[in-house]
Amino acid sequence: MKDFEPKIIGFLCTWCSYAGADLAGTSRIQYPSNIRIIRVMCSGRVNPMFVVNALQQGADGVLIGGCHPGDCHYQHGNYQARRRITMMKKLLEFLGIEPDRVRMTWVSAAEGRKFAQVIEEVTEDIRKLGPMKQVRRKNEW
Amino acid sequence: MSKVGVFVCHCGRNIAHTVDIKKVLESIKDYEDVVHVEDSMYMCSEPGQTIIKEAIKKHDLDRVVVAACSKDMHEDTFRIVTKEAGLNQYLTEMANIREQCSWVHENKEKATEKTIKIIESTIEKVKRNQALEPYNVPVTRKALVIGGGIAGIQAALDIADAGYQVTLVEKDSTIGGKMAQLAETFPTLDCSQCILTPKMVAVGRHPNIQLLTNSEVENVDGYVGSFKVKIKKKPRYVIEEKCTICDDCVHVCPVIVHDEYNAGLSPRKAIYIAFPQAVPASYIIDPSTCLGIDPLICAKCKEVCDPKAIDFDMKAEFIEEEFGAIVVATGYSVYPYERIGEYGYGNIHNVVSGLEFERLLSANGPTQGVIRRPSDGNIPKIVVFIHCAGSRDPAKHLPYCSKICCMYATKHAMQYKHLVHDGVAINFYIDVRTAGKDYEEFYKRAAEEENVIYIRGKVSELLQDGEKVLIRGVNTLTSESIELHADMVVLATGLLPSEGTQEISNILKLSCDSKGFVKEAHPKLKPVETVISGVFVAGTASGPKDIPEAVAQASGAAAKAETILSSDFLERDPVIAEIDDLTCGICHTCIHVCPYGAIYYDENQNKVLVNEALCEGCGSCAAACPSGSIELRNSTYESISASIKALLRV
Repeated sequence: MKDFEPKIIGFLCTWCSYAGADLAGTSRIQYPSNIRIIRVMCSGRVNPMFVVNALQQGADGVLIGGCHPGDCHYQHGNYQARRRITMMKKLLEFLGIEPDRVRMTWVSAAEGRKFAQVIEEVTEDIRKLGPMKQVRRKNEW
Repeated sequence: MSKVGVFVCHCGRNIAHTVDIKKVLESIKDYEDVVHVEDSMYMCSEPGQTIIKEAIKKHDLDRVVVAACSKDMHEDTFRIVTKEAGLNQYLTEMANIREQCSWVHENKEKATEKTIKIIESTIEKVKRNQALEPYNVPVTRKALVIGGGIAGIQAALDIADAGYQVTLVEKDSTIGGKMAQLAETFPTLDCSQCILTPKMVAVGRHPNIQLLTNSEVENVDGYVGSFKVKIKKKPRYVIEEKCTICDDCVHVCPVIVHDEYNAGLSPRKAIYIAFPQAVPASYIIDPSTCLGIDPLICAKCKEVCDPKAIDFDMKAEFIEEEFGAIVVATGYSVYPYERIGEYGYGNIHNVVSGLEFERLLSANGPTQGVIRRPSDGNIPKIVVFIHCAGSRDPAKHLPYCSKICCMYATKHAMQYKHLVHDGVAINFYIDVRTAGKDYEEFYKRAAEEENVIYIRGKVSELLQDGEKVLIRGVNTLTSESIELHADMVVLATGLLPSEGTQEISNILKLSCDSKGFVKEAHPKLKPVETVISGVFVAGTASGPKDIPEAVAQASGAAAKAETILSSDFLERDPVIAEIDDLTCGICHTCIHVCPYGAIYYDENQNKVLVNEALCEGCGSCAAACPSGSIELRNSTYESISASIKALLRV
């Protein structure tokens, strides 16, 4: 179990969290390499299906990063994301998947350090949860 | 089958020192559909760009991946390179292996592995990209400026001088805004009216400016380039062109009310002109107090009006016009000191706000520039000025610094000393903030040369004590409590977003910050843009500002508006939502989710359609669509799924 390196997919909104991740880079703040980032225009773009898709294809955890409440570049996309993900987590729990595998966070474009911290935390949390135990369906796209 | 070319940048040592570029190239070379891989010390340099251009031609590439820095740095650079090589620019994607990999992972093995994954997922994305062309949206080459204070005036004049038609809409009967009420301006003490009124007159007679006072914006539809705006011109009951401002009507009008221009310190009639230099120069009837409008009891003014300028039957007019760009300059309102309990809830007669004191100082004010206290008209000998009244008090009032109060309280104290030579002016302050050109010198002059007393500390309580006001506070430098009597107290009240700012934000769907001020598209790099493209903000609508700053921002907003008006067409990013009407169930979910009203139902076609000019490409609709019928171009479910797969590949 000690050697388990979780695979985490991060959906980051381009205006805040993705820019925050860039700032962590520019500031050379180190964080675990387990996170694999997919850029979306808005956290509101994250269809719960993306989360299922990632878990299905072998991710051990999923992170959704958006702008702080009230700061969404598209007015209220982050609120929509928050609602969807809250519901999504309930469904995951129902299906027997630990809801803590999915996490939503607010990181602004100015919070490089916070971004690195969030990644540290998420990686540790998922490491504790262990690998996804579900049967992985082959994706046929 | 795509032919993908992958170009990996070393970025000097920035990428190469934690990523084994050779290993990356070895690994990517055999990836499905990749026909060419190449590296360069600096891909963004001229030789680097040439490598890409030549490879596209030589290997007949139809997709390009540049693995280098963040797309925010060089996406435009590489898209232009691709376009120059004859390939559609949307068929190029950047893999961010610097900011999000080499700079944050020191372990070379892990960084190299992650780099390969990032590049592979980008290859999967770019393979599914479509070639797109930017949209051309027609532009109505006219601008709308909302708000006729100094910021609105400046923006309107700048745009009009550049040769474009401008409509300036002002809610009040005259333009001029708050600046017209000021006596003198810091730090030069030049008279506010003297510098403002020439600009007001210039607006009134500019051939390119249509001035609509006593008017409000009712509704805005449309988008950048062609906003469809409905403006309500409220009845003035006086025909502007006929009125000769002879004053006869005022003498006979029997209705007396508080004069807003003098902050309620003097009376006016129901027919009035805000101030003598008002633009347009015409009287106006206040319908809420006039006895002639409804029901018709009195028509004295009409009887004496020689030019027959008064028309009680005037009705509101609605003007519908199209504009290419909008400047919002709706200003601020003063924090009502009636809300400040410790300062007497506005019940202590000789406690006045900064704006009221401004009127008392004014030569055209209620006292003709002689400082008289409101209770008995005596000249006050001790005046206390309290800074931060309602500002910097997150527990009870405004959390923020209103920026101009330190300076205007200092100016008030100085002007008081100029008018009442034996008077004592005492300022209570938390900090004196004088960040502005010549501001610190102005403060020093007040404190050192003009004998204005500054006490660091907050006033905790104001009480009426006979004729005087009792002030209880503390000097935080000596930790002594202070009790003193003053003849008059002036509160340096803070700034709030005006009602108009709130209304127009709702109409235009602008985002506001937690205080209600209009939010800029970027607080540092886009200070005059708002989140709605084609709508710009100037002056205190976006936060407290002094006059020079408001004017500078107005000119900035005007320049941005002119950029839009300067051509007949506007290019829009084609990365927007697309509806597949074969599977669309017309459930209208997307219509409710869209923050821009960009999705609409067309009854004739029985289809839900996307307005290409309004869509900003956020993708909320795509996530909400229950039947999966909406896709965001070049960021489809399929493409994201393939990227996920590549990222997770073992």
